[in-house]
Amino acid sequence: MSAEQPSLPLDEVASRPVDRYRSDHLLLAEMIEPGSKVLDVGCGDGDLLQLLETRGISGRGIELSREGVNRCVAKGLAVVQGDADTDLVNYPDDAFDYVILSQTLQATRQPKMVLENLLRIGRRAVVSFPNFGYWKMRVQLLVGGHMPRTDNLPATWYDTPNIHFCTIKDFVQLCDEINVKMERAVALNLYGRPLRFNAPWWFWNMFGEQGVFLLSRAEKIARTPGQDE
Amino acid sequence: MVKVQSISGPAHPEHRAQEADHPTSQVATFDTDQPLPLDCGVDLAPFQIAYQTYGKLNPAKSNAILICHALTGDQHVANPHPVTGKPGWWVTLVGPGKPLDTSRYFIICSNVIGGCMGSTGPASTNPETGRVWGLDFPVITIPDMVRAQAMLIDRLGIDTLFSVVGGSMGGMQVLQWCVAYPKRVFSALPIACSTRHSAQNIAFHELGRQAVMADPDWREGRYVEQGTHPRRGLGVARMAAHITYLSDAALHRKFGRRMQDRELPTFSFDADFQVESYLRHQGSSFVERFDANSYLYLTRAMDYFDIAADHDGVLAAAFRGTRTRFCVVSFTSDWLFPTAESRATVHALNAGGARVSFAEIETDRGHDAFLLDVPEFFDIAHAFLESAGKTRGLADAER
Repeated sequence: MSAEQPSLPLDEVASRPVDRYRSDHLLLAEMIEPGSKVLDVGCGDGDLLQLLETRGISGRGIELSREGVNRCVAKGLAVVQGDADTDLVNYPDDAFDYVILSQTLQATRQPKMVLENLLRIGRRAVVSFPNFGYWKMRVQLLVGGHMPRTDNLPATWYDTPNIHFCTIKDFVQLCDEINVKMERAVALNLYGRPLRFNAPWWFWNMFGEQGVFLLSRAEKIARTPGQDE
Repeated sequence: MVKVQSISGPAHPEHRAQEADHPTSQVATFDTDQPLPLDCGVDLAPFQIAYQTYGKLNPAKSNAILICHALTGDQHVANPHPVTGKPGWWVTLVGPGKPLDTSRYFIICSNVIGGCMGSTGPASTNPETGRVWGLDFPVITIPDMVRAQAMLIDRLGIDTLFSVVGGSMGGMQVLQWCVAYPKRVFSALPIACSTRHSAQNIAFHELGRQAVMADPDWREGRYVEQGTHPRRGLGVARMAAHITYLSDAALHRKFGRRMQDRELPTFSFDADFQVESYLRHQGSSFVERFDANSYLYLTRAMDYFDIAADHDGVLAAAFRGTRTRFCVVSFTSDWLFPTAESRATVHALNAGGARVSFAEIETDRGHDAFLLDVPEFFDIAHAFLESAGKTRGLADAER
């Protein structure tokens, strides 16, 4: 609990107008079936978990920072202090319907292992991350010749927790490599709104500020033949 | 000649003995028709539980919090101690407007079975013989303590506890409550504890027990009748234990290598260093208020504690399907119950599907941090109970 950020009672949160939530959170929440059991890895202040609870989704969280955990506990959320890199291995198979990794992948030491764990612990995974292929990033590196910084990622290269940036294209490649099925993919613009649905991958990779993916285990592909990537 | 400064001070053995049978608090007595079945196979009857309450039970009986005390604690959580006169051991946390708000919750704390502050234990008089129980008292376990508490809670007419809260041995009781009576615990706050006592901790306890039993004044546990008290042995046990409750950093910050009332070493075994004299003081003040045999029994109870062992070695199985809301707290510098053990508890709770929060509080004050003024810990405890209270429907009007 901090003085600047008083916790809101749950009923007040539930009655908040919908546009009070981050639009990317709304999109993530929309990907999750009501009544599911969800683990949010790197849940921060618990805003997304709170949004999910208003939709009858039972949520749990893992958060690295003590301040984040404190705020979550104050909100009545079930959040455990822990590290995605080291703690996910301790969770049993199929413990959750969905595991969410929102804006956290780039800060993990072993993104591939984390991704594999997500789909072991959960039936499905929802992953969102900032797209390093976003045109503004490219321009900063190409023209400015320095490591890109944006409003959403303001830290300098020597001071950032983000150590494994990737582009939407890179991520799609990784999913192929570890044989993960992509059930839904959305690229969001700078304001968190989805880009044109039928745009080609290169367009998303260029103009998507972040990517949001709904993933499931590849075994499902085998069980449903004819469903091509 | 080696000069050894005595660690014993003026004692009040009569006062202490009086508390064992006739405590300065409320007492629930259970007659032979209500025996306490112990894990060792003995039915203990009659027996009594000494307890304190603070605040008021609401009409719905939904605001009761049970506080479980640690190894050498007692029921005097938030009132002056009848033997030492010192403030209650958790006045930092319990009181009006504090995280365990006595103007809002009905707080209950009982002296554990096997204790020496009024619950039946080795310091009590055995009604069959008219003598102090001593080592004739059956060996008790953490589940026994909890079973006795449950009988007290029944007696108070409370079906479901809003919360069960405790640190160290108290935390073990909290976890045991959740395993033994999952439907009777709405929320649980186990602090600086574990689901089993580690080999290292058993080793320290054995050291303490051997110190007590090596004292010639212990008299095979019959010291009360023989008018002695194993002060030196119990004092040494407390000194060793006290070191484990602190941390190197805390000891260094508090004492460093500073000398006590002198500039130069005396080249003797006097308490030259402040840390030595502090430990001697801890040892001697402890023996004034605590019974040596009780110390043996309670340390033994902690040693035997192993929730997983009672569930075919699968810890998660103990918590399967629980609806209790948990908030597990550990401290970074606690080497008696290190964070890794709390994490193991949390993983088992998660695997069992429990609704669990976990926070590790950064402090250099060691295991004892749960008894001290650590604002981050208070914030967590307050926030957890506050949100659980909302879910439980504890409205402001009931404050």
